[in-house]
Amino acid sequence: PKRVLPERFKSYKGVWVFIEHEHGHVHPVSWELLGKGRELADKLGVELAGVLLGGMGEAVRELAAEVGAYGAELCYLARHPVLEDYRNQPYTTGLTELVDTYQPEILLLGATTQGRDLAGSVATTLLTGLTADCTGLDIDPSDRSLLSSRPTFGGSLMCTIVNLATRPQMATVRPRVMTMPARRPDRPLRVVEHGLQLDESAVVTKVLDFVPDVRADKPQLPFADFIVAGGRGLAKPENFTLVTRLASTIGAEVGASRPAVHAGWADVERQVGQSGKTVRPKLYIAAGISGAVQHRVGMEGADVIAGINLDPRAPIFDFANYALIGSAAELLPALERAFARRLAE
Amino acid sequence: MHIAVCIKQVPDSAQIRVHPVTNTIMRQGVPTIVNPYDLFALEEALRIKDRTGARITVLTMGPAQAEEALRKCLSLGADEAILITDKVFSGADTLATSYVLAAALKTLDARTPIDLIFTGKQTIDGDTAQVGPGIAIRLGCQLLTYVSKICELEPTARHIVVERRAEGGVQVLKSALPAVVTMLEGSNELRFADMPGMFRAARQEVQRWNRDSIGVELAQVGLKGSPTVVAQVFGPRPKAVKALRIDGETPDAIAEAFVDKLFADHPHLE
Ligand SMILES: Cc1cc2nc3c(=O)[nH]c(=O)nc-3n(C[C@H](O)[C@H](O)[C@H](O)COP(=O)(O)OP(=O)(O)OC[C@H]3O[C@@H](n4cnc5c(N)ncnc54)[C@H](O)[C@@H]3O)c2cc1C
Ligand SMILES: Cc1cc2nc3c(=O)[nH]c(=O)nc-3n(C[C@H](O)[C@H](O)[C@H](O)COP(=O)(O)OP(=O)(O)OC[C@H]3O[C@@H](n4cnc5c(N)ncnc54)[C@H](O)[C@@H]3O)c2cc1C
Repeated sequence: PKRVLPERFKSYKGVWVFIEHEHGHVHPVSWELLGKGRELADKLGVELAGVLLGGMGEAVRELAAEVGAYGAELCYLARHPVLEDYRNQPYTTGLTELVDTYQPEILLLGATTQGRDLAGSVATTLLTGLTADCTGLDIDPSDRSLLSSRPTFGGSLMCTIVNLATRPQMATVRPRVMTMPARRPDRPLRVVEHGLQLDESAVVTKVLDFVPDVRADKPQLPFADFIVAGGRGLAKPENFTLVTRLASTIGAEVGASRPAVHAGWADVERQVGQSGKTVRPKLYIAAGISGAVQHRVGMEGADVIAGINLDPRAPIFDFANYALIGSAAELLPALERAFARRLAE
Repeated sequence: MHIAVCIKQVPDSAQIRVHPVTNTIMRQGVPTIVNPYDLFALEEALRIKDRTGARITVLTMGPAQAEEALRKCLSLGADEAILITDKVFSGADTLATSYVLAAALKTLDARTPIDLIFTGKQTIDGDTAQVGPGIAIRLGCQLLTYVSKICELEPTARHIVVERRAEGGVQVLKSALPAVVTMLEGSNELRFADMPGMFRAARQEVQRWNRDSIGVELAQVGLKGSPTVVAQVFGPRPKAVKALRIDGETPDAIAEAFVDKLFADHPHLE
């Protein structure tokens, strides 16, 4: 049966991006989404807005200007002491009220711990559809609906999900999936300040403490320029250390496919793919990785991809630049020698 | 204290094979497992039971064979299991799933008040992490996602303190019961079922609830109640240019040829 959009949703207009920040740091995924949001808004011929909720400090107001620099013409700003730290309940109340008041047709959030926490709550409160972890977003010109694509389960297929029944159409996107737009501080921006009636005594959950991560002790895979990754084809932990050795020879970070992580060869922080990290290095060397779609969506943004695989018909070669056919156990040490010689020159 | 744990039966992704020609999943014969993330949630509930003697009810919405997943949870130490099953529930997206689960939890709560609800962080099939937040909103409970540790739990004072993985750090949150907690993987070490546990589970009854047992509106369940629909399924687009095969007699020859070619094609990499 063909679904039609109920009449009351037809007034919903505009593309919104939720601007996520924690302790003064904006999550870069918000800017990436403004880049994608700009494209969608242009296709629809509507405005792009960033939505910013936060505490009373000046910092939040300054962030609003950045929303313009990354491509939005409009910023909805809601400041309140209760919104100082991210908490589900007041942020859900605030964002839901903004949506009900200004009625955007599309609302995008980062698929981060904050974005997923909030998106699920807001979508349920609004009783609207939410597509998780999209790897592609587009507009269907025939009915102006949002086309959200993501990998399907277990296969090497993608699916496109639409919401033809409710508004706004909501979607989350993981960091680094969309490209970072250029920052242009001179763009004009309208700021709409919205007063929220919130009350601390009505907020049940209190923040007792925030312990920032020690940056240095976590691999910064999403921002690495060079990555050497290993998969199930390596067959044993000793072979995975060949990946680590090549990586250290060329100054690369180590990545892994999900089976390699499950086997305990690499830390979960190093998993690349749909349920791991999305990376955009200059060079990605994949050893013993078949190139399943869930892995591919996490790394196909790399400038150059080289696959090492016994099987010349492995799916990785459908999208890699270079095919090294052979056993990773032999090719990885050979590469280490070749790179070492080259780098010594 | 009464704890509800929501679990989902999922295909064991490690065993899934894709048909080499049609690119579709070969589902036949793929064994199913309890969603691995949900086992961390169950384990956390079991630890609370070990300390306080809490009662644990596990629930799942799914087809008849999902009973197997519930039995696994019983064998690990859950006290009671409920299978929420009805043909009208199939095809549900996360909005319709949280509606049915919340309705079942309300029904259960009316019988034995629930203090704490656990879910996994996400599933390995749908992988959306949207059902936990959906349940909390529908029940009007506090939502605590990505919890790595429960620091304090006071059923009489009705409060809970948790560590939550936030962006760029760990939030320590104090909240009130009843709350919905979604547990992070690796937050605890999982136990194995012992023989007596397995025998107990095999004999125990798994209750079956349908649309009438939980009083749901048909327009809000299953495919009908799901705003998101899959419009199209397609294969990933192959690149216009095929991968360049690097040839060589030995691994060292291939490696040398590759490094030369790489830096010749992409001088900026040096
Ligand atoms: C919801 C969901 C989320 C997922 N998320 C992720 C994710 O984030 N990241 C991820 O990676 N996967 C993810 N997966 C799993 C994904 O579908 C694949 O199963 C996985 O990527 C395969 O890993 P692999 O390439 O290491 O192993 P395989 O597919 O088993 O491939 C091994 C490859 O090694 C080759 N090989 C064998 N021996 C050798 C040798 N001696 N030398 C060289 N090559 C050899 C083989 O020819 C083969 O191509 C997800 C799946 C689901 C359902
Ligand atoms: C490839 C694929 C993509 C999908 N994409 C979307 C999408 O973008 N948006 C959407 O709304 N739906 C989507 N769905 C449908 C969605 O998977 C189902 O609604 C499913 O019933 C619940 O979602 P989940 O598996 O993502 O669970 P999650 O939200 O990831 O699960 C979180 C936790 O909720 C609990 N839980 C989840 N399901 C059940 C259950 N049936 N019974 C008991 N407890 C449960 C578990 O504790 C679980 O750990 C998709 C399904 C597939 C197969």
